Amino acid sequence: MPIDKAINVLIVDDYKTMLRIIRNLLKQIEFNNVEEASDGAEALAKLRSGNFGLVISDWNMVPMTGLQLLQEVRADARLKSTPFIMITAESKVENVVAAKQAGVSNYIVKPFNAETLRDKIEKVLVHG
Amino acid sequence: MADRSSAGLGERLAAIRAGHPGSDPEMVAEVVHAVLATMSGDLSAQETSLLAEVEALGHTIACAKAEIAALRFDDITDNHIPFATDELDAIVEHTATATNAILTCCETLDDVAGGLSGEPAAKLQDATTRIYEACGFQDITGQRITKVVATLKTIEEKVAFIVTTFGRGSPREEGVTPAETPEETLLNGPQHPTVAMDQSDIDRLLASFE
Repeated sequence: MPIDKAINVLIVDDYKTMLRIIRNLLKQIEFNNVEEASDGAEALAKLRSGNFGLVISDWNMVPMTGLQLLQEVRADARLKSTPFIMITAESKVENVVAAKQAGVSNYIVKPFNAETLRDKIEKVLVHG
Repeated sequence: MADRSSAGLGERLAAIRAGHPGSDPEMVAEVVHAVLATMSGDLSAQETSLLAEVEALGHTIACAKAEIAALRFDDITDNHIPFATDELDAIVEHTATATNAILTCCETLDDVAGGLSGEPAAKLQDATTRIYEACGFQDITGQRITKVVATLKTIEEKVAFIVTTFGRGSPREEGVTPAETPEETLLNGPQHPTVAMDQSDIDRLLASFE
C-alpha cells in the first residue's frame, strides 16, 4: 500500500538542532510538508488549528512533555487517531510501557538512523 | 555506683551541649582533662576510662572541624562548581554552534545532490544522511551534560549542608527535596550504553503488547 507523502507532518522537539535534523531526514524520504513545534503546548495548538497526518515528538520537554502531548492528542476527539511516533533518549522499560499505554503508535530511541525513521513512519502510516 | 556516675555525667554533658550549642568541643576536652587531673585518685578505673573517652571524643570532633574548615568547602560551592557548570554550558553552546554549521553545509550538499542524477546523486545523499544521523550527538550529549549539571547542583547542596553542620555556625535543616511526580520519574534522559535498551529491544517490547 503506497504511503501518502504529501501529508502534513508535525515534528516536536525543544532542541532546534534536532528539529533541523529530523526535517532534513524527512525531506530526504520525500516528506516535504513539515511543521515544527518546540514544546508540547505549541504542538497541541498547531494540531488543533491544523490538519496533520503524523506527529513525531520528543519526550523530554517543558512545560508539556511529549507523553503529556500524546495523552492530550489521544483524549481529543478530532486528533485521537493521528499517528504519533515518540523519538526520545528515554529508553527504560517503564518509558516504553507508559508511552504504549498512552497510545503511542511507535517508539524510536535516540540516537537513531534514517533507516529506523523511515521504517517506523512506514509502519504507522500503513498499519496505523 | 560507677554506672550511676557515668549516667549522671552523660546527662550533664547533654545538658551543657543543649544549653551551649556553639561551645567548642576542644574547650570541653580541655576542661575535662583539667578536671581529671585534679580528681586523680578520686575516681574509679571505669569512671577514669569514661572521662578519658569523652576527652578523646572532644579532641576528635575538634580535629574534624579544623580539617573541614581547612578544606575550604566555600571554594567548592562558590568557585569550583559554578566554574564546572559554566564550562559545561559552554560545551553545549559550542557543540550546538558547530553542529548547526555542519548542518548548513550538509543542506548545501543536499541541494547540490538535487541537481545531480544517478550514482553521484545517490552517493552524495547517502553521505548527507550519515551526517544528519551523526549530528544527533548534540542532542544526546546535551541531555547527558544536563544530567551532570543536576548532579553537581546536588553535590553543591550536600557540601553546603556539611559546611553549616560541621564547619561553622549552627546546623541548619537539610533542604527537603520535593517528591517527584509519576511523570517526573519517567524523565531519566539517555541511559549508559552498557545498560540501555537499543531499538531492537524496544521493538520487541512494543511487539509484546500486540
